[in-house]
Parts: sequence; C-alpha cells; structure tokens
Amino acid sequence: MKLKQHIIALAAAAVVGGSASASFAATEIQWWHAMGGRLGEVVGEIADKYNASQSEYKLVATYKGGYEDTMTAGIAAFRAKNAPHIIQVFDAGAATIINAKGAVYPVADLLKEHGVGFNSNDYISGVRYFYADSDDKMIGLPFNSSTPLLYYNKAALDKAGVEAPKTWEDFEAIAPKLKEAGYEALAQSHSPWIFSENFHSRHNIQLASANNGYDSTDAKIMYNNEHMIMHWTKVKEWLDKGWYGYYGKAWGDNQDAFVQGKVAMWLGSSGSFGGLKKSAKFEFGTTYLPYWKSIIDEPKGTFIGGAALFSFVGHSDEEYKGVANFFEFLTSPESQFSWHKETGYVPITTAAYDLAKTEGYYKDTPDAEVGILQLSQPGGEWTKGYRLGYYVQIREAMYKAYENILTGNSSVPDAFADMEKESNALLERFHDTYN
Amino acid sequence: MKRVQFERSAVPYFFVAPQILIIVVFFLWPAAQAIYQSFLLEDAFGISSQFVWFRNYEDTILNFAWLQSAGFTIIFSVLVTFFSLAIALLLAVRANEVLHGSSSYKTMLMWAYAVAPPVAGLMGNLMFNPFVGDLYAALNILGWDFNQKLDAFDASFVVILISVWKQVSVNFIFFLSGLQSIPKGVMEAATLDCRSPEKRFWTITFPLLAPTTFFLMVINITYAFFETFGIIDTTTRGAPGGATNTLVYKVYTDGFLGADLGGSSAQSVILMIMVLVLTVFQFRFIERKVHY
Repeated sequence: MKLKQHIIALAAAAVVGGSASASFAATEIQWWHAMGGRLGEVVGEIADKYNASQSEYKLVATYKGGYEDTMTAGIAAFRAKNAPHIIQVFDAGAATIINAKGAVYPVADLLKEHGVGFNSNDYISGVRYFYADSDDKMIGLPFNSSTPLLYYNKAALDKAGVEAPKTWEDFEAIAPKLKEAGYEALAQSHSPWIFSENFHSRHNIQLASANNGYDSTDAKIMYNNEHMIMHWTKVKEWLDKGWYGYYGKAWGDNQDAFVQGKVAMWLGSSGSFGGLKKSAKFEFGTTYLPYWKSIIDEPKGTFIGGAALFSFVGHSDEEYKGVANFFEFLTSPESQFSWHKETGYVPITTAAYDLAKTEGYYKDTPDAEVGILQLSQPGGEWTKGYRLGYYVQIREAMYKAYENILTGNSSVPDAFADMEKESNALLERFHDTYN
Repeated sequence: MKRVQFERSAVPYFFVAPQILIIVVFFLWPAAQAIYQSFLLEDAFGISSQFVWFRNYEDTILNFAWLQSAGFTIIFSVLVTFFSLAIALLLAVRANEVLHGSSSYKTMLMWAYAVAPPVAGLMGNLMFNPFVGDLYAALNILGWDFNQKLDAFDASFVVILISVWKQVSVNFIFFLSGLQSIPKGVMEAATLDCRSPEKRFWTITFPLLAPTTFFLMVINITYAFFETFGIIDTTTRGAPGGATNTLVYKVYTDGFLGADLGGSSAQSVILMIMVLVLTVFQFRFIERKVHY
C-alpha cells in the first residue's frame, strides 16, 4: 500500500531527523526552472511523473522567476556553494554559464559517465549545436526550444484577398491590400531574436566573428552589415506607411495587437501556439519566417530560442547519476511528445518527432508541426547558433538602436554604428573578464 | 570651576549596539562589497577574478548609454521633485482651508500613499495601454498624437506622471502637518497686516514651511533616484531607445539581468557618490536659507 509506505517513510525520516543522508532515503535532485503559469504546471507534472516512475531519486522542481531571475538565483547559490543540480538557462545567458570555466558539468559527459550514453545525432539538427561548444560537444540539454514563426489571421487575409507571404517581397505586395482592408499588416514580438539573430540564420549570414562566437570570447559583432541595414530601412518604411505596428519591447503588447485583430500577421514563437489558441477569437494559421528573395534563393532553417538545462559541478556521483537518470526520462520520446503537445515547444529528438507523427498529432493540428519543419530545413554555415557574452546587454543595445530607427531619432546606418560600438565594447569587457 | 565629568560606562554602547549592528550589516558591509567589486573584473560565478583599478569606472563613464541615462535621471529627478512638491503643497494649502468634511478630503488625498511603486506602475501601464487604456484614448482624442512606445517625450511623460502621482500623497501629509503647526496667532496677525492671501502665503506661510519643504526635497530626490525603479520596471523599462532608463534601472539591468558585477558595482558606486554630493550640497547651501 502506497499510503502506508509513505507513513513509514515519514516516520523513519522523523526518527532519523537531520541526517537525511540515511541510505534508504531517495537522493534529492534540485531543479530550478523559469517556467511560470501553465508552463510551470506542466513542469510540475513532469516532476511528479518522474518521481512516480522510480523510487531511487526525488526530483524537486522549483520555480525561480523569469529567465534572468533564475540565472541570478543560480549564480548566487553557486557562489554560496549551494548550487542546485539542474538549472534552466536561456539562450542569451548561455555564454555566461558556459564560459565560466568549471561551473557546469557538460551534459554530454555527464550522460556518458553515468551509464546513460549520449549521441548528439539523436537530436534534431536545429537543436543539436546551439548549446554545444566549438567541438560540437553538448554542454546544456535543450529543454524548451522554440523558433520564430509567422501567425496570420485567416479572416483578415481573406478579406484582403491575399495569401500569407513566403518572402518579404511577397509581404510588400500584400501589405497595401491589408491596409485597405483596415489592418496593420504586421507586428512582431522580439526584434533582436526574430529580426536579427534568426534573420542571419535564415539568410545564412555570419553574425559575429570567431565562428559566431563559438571559437573564442574574442569576438566582434557583425550586425552592422548591408543586409540588416536594408531590412531595417524597409521596416521603417513599413512603419511610416502603416504596414507595420510597433507596440513596444514587451512581448505581450505586440501579441495583443494581433489577438485584438488590429494587426493581420504577427511574428512570434512556435511556443506561442497554445496561448494563442486560447486567447484569439478568430481562426489563425502558421507559416515559416519570411525571407528576402533578394538575399537568398533557398532559405535556411532558423535556430532555436528558449532555454536549456545545465548541471552545476560540485555534487556527488550518486546525485549526478540521478541527474542523468532524469535527463534520460526527460528526453524519452513519450516525455518529449507530451511536452510538445502541452506547450507548443518543439520536441528535441528525432524519436520524439517520429512518435508525434505516428500518433497522427500533425494530422489534427498541422500548425504544430511548422516550427519543427522550419528547424529541420537545411542548415548552412551560419545556422548553428551563436555564443556571445553579455548578450542580454547587447540585446538591450539592439532594442535601443531599433527604437531609434523607428522613432526617427537616428538614421539606420547611425543606429547600427552605435549598436556595433556598444556591443563590441561589451564583448571586449566579457572577453577580459572571462579570460 | 570644576567641569562636569560623566563617568564612562559601557551601558550606552550596549543600547546603541543593535542599531549600529544593523547599519554595519545592512549598509556599510554591502557598500564596502560594492566598492571592492567595482575594482574587479570577475565572472558571474566567481571562479576567476582580477583587480583592474578603475577600468569599470572608465567603461561606465565613456559609455554613451550611461551618459544618456545620467542625463535623463537628472531631468527626471528635478521634474518629479518639483511637481510632486508643488502639487502636494497646493493640495495641502487647499485642504487646510476646508472646514466641512475636511477629514474625508484629507483621507482621500492620503490614500495613494499606501500604493507601492510597482503597483502604481502597473496601474499606469494599464491606463496608457494602446488598446484598453483610458488615458491613452483620451489624450489621442484631445488631439495629442500620443504613443509612449515610439516617442521619448511621451514615455518620459508617462513615467514622470506616475512617479509624481505616487509621491504627492506622501508630501501632502508632511505639508499638511507643517501647515497645522503654524501658530494661529501668526496667521491672524498677518491677516490684519496684509489683505492679499497670495502675498501672505509667500511671505509668511511658505518661509515657515521651509524646514518641511527642505526635508521633503531631500526625501523626494532620493525617491526619484532610487524608488522609481519599480515604476520604470513595470512601465517603459527604459524604452524607447533608452530614453527613460534611469541610472538605478541601468544598474539593475547590467548587474542583475546581465551578470556584469564589476560594471554594475562601479555604476552603483558612482550613483552613491552622486547622491552623497547632492545631499551635502543641499545641506550646505540650501539649508542655510531655512529657518527652523
């Protein structure tokens, strides 16, 4: 009887008291994550399922606030020699944790050394390298992975008599019609992520020296290039013509413009799917992130956003065994498929993707597959990802530059020159700090 | 003549010890840590660390974003202090004159005091929301092409308005009690000597309120410098183009979000020095004009 076991365990724990290291007690694995709201509930369910599946380890999932709060909590705990076993770190923070020499136990090593085994080819291509080092060794385990997609309001497009655009050239052709039909054609929720990082991936353009920053922290930003200047000159034109709406830095404010039916198309994350399904009172469709035909004929895949799970150093072998055991559970096709279904994040392994296909999930909800299809598009030289220090601040510098362009405060080349200068100063600081 | 001698005793030290301990633990020690940290380049996890003298200060001061932020902080603090003092004084003088139902007026004016800055920010954010915000709609109907997301002036207007609104009630309470402590006799004598209420206010009431005003000025500048953080964080987050990024918010984004400990420590030390200088200046030059 389960209940009886619990009572006995409780009583035993009470007797043993402080010395919880008693041999029969389950080894506790601490997991700090940044998934709030519905996502947090799903994480809780994962932990419950894992704990029910075995009795050797007890996984404790703790919500630590947003991505930045979670990382700061992890940093503070590590400095106090009290780090959790697993921490969720977002894309922009990856350089900070990976470059801190000896703060994390690379997940590829952790899995291999604790009897689980690891083969990076199990992971889908867009996900495989983002959190890897320059030798393609995976350091962090991709967890919630998403990619930018175009969502469109079907009724709005029908009213204007147009199709969702594949390229930005298409977009320029349909935007006037959407305007006539009473809509702003486009809004998007994360200009650094969608209109900069993935812009480079989609068009296979290098975004930073030193192999996009993977080879060395001694890197320089390369955003100040002709393609970006062209794109943002266009975006400013679109804004002035009433084809593009900017509702500020906050993700939700731009999404709201789409949900309220003010904007006909919106660039968001594949992970936004579930939320939109609930909030949008109209039928919407999903398609790939548009590209410029004038830059590239065959667009490349995008890279992922979201976050990965890292394991801190300094724990016992027994505990790492538990971490490896949990990671094995988490990457199993069943777990990945249910995570994919519940949240809209993409499954990270091909096995999980195959399972979703055989279960017929995409027959009922074809939109859910668009993200993973885009990630699986052919990769190029510059579609692996990027690894840049103080990237949170660099994104701030980018927001600043783009807002200065949109407000007309500075010309496009000036804004990019300022952004380049500020970003390179940050990268230099980072390089000097971490070497 | 024999001077009075007090016997030395450890007892008074014993009584002030808790207070001193609190100051040391919660103020001096962190401040010392910040100063120490500001001379280091250290990775976020504290694994490697090097002493770099004034590198962090140099990087801060030479950074255009920091200078822009410093400029905004000064304008912002001056405007917030001025308007929250002026409005509160006007309201206090008026409320002081009310005879019937005065306590309900006063209570209503004091209410906002209980609102925390982030809550004030969230409420403001809702009122200026482009889709459901009443103030946003009202301003646009009145012919102001208002859009705080794409206009630096409008964004500054939003953060200053909310910051002032939040602070007026605090100032109101102090001004009101200041007004009520002015002796009736003085006011009556003034009324006999001078018919113009305006002139009476500026020559009698206002100078008598000077200690209160001075105290509030110091408090309000500190408020504008530090406590408005919660309002910025819940409204503009420094946008657009860094136009509403105050220094303390920049310390937060660089240090807490961006994990640049040395840089943000240097920024906070500079901020500390700025406020220190400002306070010393106030006490030396403005306080002289205050008669207690």
